[in-house]
Amino acid sequence: METKAIMIVGVGGQGSLLASRLLGNVLLAQGYDVKVSEVHGMSQRGGSVVTYVKYGDKVYSPVIEKGEADAVISFELLEAARSLPFLKKGGKLITSTQQIDPMPVITGAAKYPEDLEAKLKAAGVELVAVDALSLAEQAGTAKASNVVLMGVLASRMDYPEELWQKALEQCVPAKFLDLNRKAFELGRNAAK
Amino acid sequence: MLGNEAFARGLYEAGCRVVSSYPGTPSTEITEEIAKYEEVYAEWAPNEKVAMETAFGASIAGARSFCGMKHVGLNVAADPLYTAAYTGVNAGMVIAVADDQGMHSSQNEQDSRHHAIASKVPMVEPSDSAECKDFVKLAFELSERFDAPFIVRTSTRVAHSQSAVEVEPRADIPLKEYVKTPAKYVMMPAYAKARHVFVEDRMAKLREYAETTPLNRVELSGKAEFGVITSGAAYQYVKEALGDKASVLKLGLVNPLPAKLIRDFAAKYAKVYVVEELDGIIEEHCRNIGVTNVEGKAIFGNIGEISQSVVAEKLLGVKKDYATLDEAIPVRPPVMCAGCPHRGLFYCLKKLGVTVLGDIGCYTLGAAAPLQAMDTTICMGASISGLHGFNKARGAEAERRSVAVIGDSTFMHSGMTGLVNVAYNASNSTTIILDNSITGMTGHQQNPTTGKNLKGDPAAAVDLVALCKAIGIKRVRVTDPYKLAETEAAIKEELAADEPSVIISRRPCALLKYVKHNAPVKVDTAKCVGCKMCMKLGCPAISMKEGRAHIDHTLCVGCGICQEQCKIGAIK
Repeated sequence: METKAIMIVGVGGQGSLLASRLLGNVLLAQGYDVKVSEVHGMSQRGGSVVTYVKYGDKVYSPVIEKGEADAVISFELLEAARSLPFLKKGGKLITSTQQIDPMPVITGAAKYPEDLEAKLKAAGVELVAVDALSLAEQAGTAKASNVVLMGVLASRMDYPEELWQKALEQCVPAKFLDLNRKAFELGRNAAK
Repeated sequence: MLGNEAFARGLYEAGCRVVSSYPGTPSTEITEEIAKYEEVYAEWAPNEKVAMETAFGASIAGARSFCGMKHVGLNVAADPLYTAAYTGVNAGMVIAVADDQGMHSSQNEQDSRHHAIASKVPMVEPSDSAECKDFVKLAFELSERFDAPFIVRTSTRVAHSQSAVEVEPRADIPLKEYVKTPAKYVMMPAYAKARHVFVEDRMAKLREYAETTPLNRVELSGKAEFGVITSGAAYQYVKEALGDKASVLKLGLVNPLPAKLIRDFAAKYAKVYVVEELDGIIEEHCRNIGVTNVEGKAIFGNIGEISQSVVAEKLLGVKKDYATLDEAIPVRPPVMCAGCPHRGLFYCLKKLGVTVLGDIGCYTLGAAAPLQAMDTTICMGASISGLHGFNKARGAEAERRSVAVIGDSTFMHSGMTGLVNVAYNASNSTTIILDNSITGMTGHQQNPTTGKNLKGDPAAAVDLVALCKAIGIKRVRVTDPYKLAETEAAIKEELAADEPSVIISRRPCALLKYVKHNAPVKVDTAKCVGCKMCMKLGCPAISMKEGRAHIDHTLCVGCGICQEQCKIGAIK
């Protein structure tokens, strides 16, 4: 199989690490060669955070460049817009509708763009926008938006449900498992 | 497995016994991971020089040893490195140096291969997690075979990417015998002269080894239009972009480089491209050995990372198609977290308009808007020594309006010696130690001031107040950066004082698990007049909504500095 590329983007502290681990485990269980790559350090302090997941028969480069991603999963709307150039033409963009002001917007040096959802749709990508924050709160904690979005992704990928469930068991501490299963389920059913 | 995790696994499987490192992105996780193996002694040293000397001592004592650091850390450890090159080892010794092409989390993007060449220490360079493990194991064997410490060079993309690794059991490597051998280990001139002869002879042997080592390999393609010589992460970009359109010479041993292997490979093609990140070291070597059909830096430049797109564009003329928005997308730079204890301190510094000589750590973010309270950042420890020089140059006028800021871990790393200079050579300098009880930027590592060691066990804690006094600073005081008025008053007093002083601005990092947070604070929108005084703090939890301040309850940790800042009491 030709190498596929999925980007997970968000704001530092939103839980992209767990999301990429979940996805990585599912892809490994499917028997693919998988590479997951992220940048640690300074970017984690509330800055844009990007994780690359690539899979196929043989993966070489761990990074995803502009025009290469089959799908982007975004935890935040502005980050979804920022990652648009990384999508292949016609790629999938799954995003939470949550908006977090970056510092230049907070200080008034820049404006948070308006109507991003409509603009992204007009750019010719397959957009799936989900209020992941509300769904996560419904599951029990705002922190589970990452797992909600993985549920949305699962509904767009053709892998058996038990692989995702097993990955959840592997990646989530036992005491939070039920909560995360619920978040995953809400995501899976959110955008059918 | 993360590249760094695979690296640690390699150390474990190779029977490594002693590990001493200083954290530095992207090398940190090697040492965090190896600390999880009970069979291995592992520690955080105060700095990279101490770490390397510790590993060196362990090697002489007969234990396979390791020290890890980032590229700039190798500068700090360069002193022991250049002479350990002469003495060689007893048991194998491996040094990790993680370069940061693209400067994802560094102050420069130096190419560490120069250190290997200059010190005449052999260097290997893996290009994925599996190679991290394999190369580390081989490096220990080669270290003992050639009697040399070995450097394993990684990069952000190798260290922080996960790929498949097969684990094997730990080798049973007993302690080697220690025999007193002054001619090998006492590097005074008479002995060192003999050892330099040994070093040159060793390099000759290693050059021979480079021709046949499995670390270097040729991947021939029948459809190749040209040849590529590459190493490290760049190999992955080349393979992805070019597939079977090129034959590849992949170099795993990057110091010393082979000659015949390269000549034979280059002779097969009219054109050979060298794809290497940062400086053109392989390319220059090719020219030095008379290979003239190579091209590299003229195409790729020596700044930042290369990628598969760059390779495809430059060598095949292929460009990817993608969509963009016309809209300007505001940048999202990293910021000090909500509740960060550094914020209050930097706000006071900005308010007082003082010159701030900064250092390396999370607090370097104090240079960013809206606080913008930092004038310089150079390297670990340079704040205090830099301030001393600044004040010596400009005298009393500067002494009354300039400070050095440095974190607790950075102070232990190399700030102490600068403070000794302030006391000894008497500049009336004001040093502020930002003591957040952890090494923050690299992801919460313990250090000599925290009272815990790498494994989380209780350890001796340096008493910063007593230490500064012992150094000769009489005015040492502790303040709480969550208290703005107290902090501001302390800075003013110490700047006005007629002798050097140290302010320890003490409050644990808000991200530490044991730190108990207060309930989030709220804005009383009826009271708020929209004066934006709270916005000056640059807290990511505070924004303006419809002319009134708004506090994001999911981010706020109730540190309360905005409450103190709000003169009309609109924040409850």
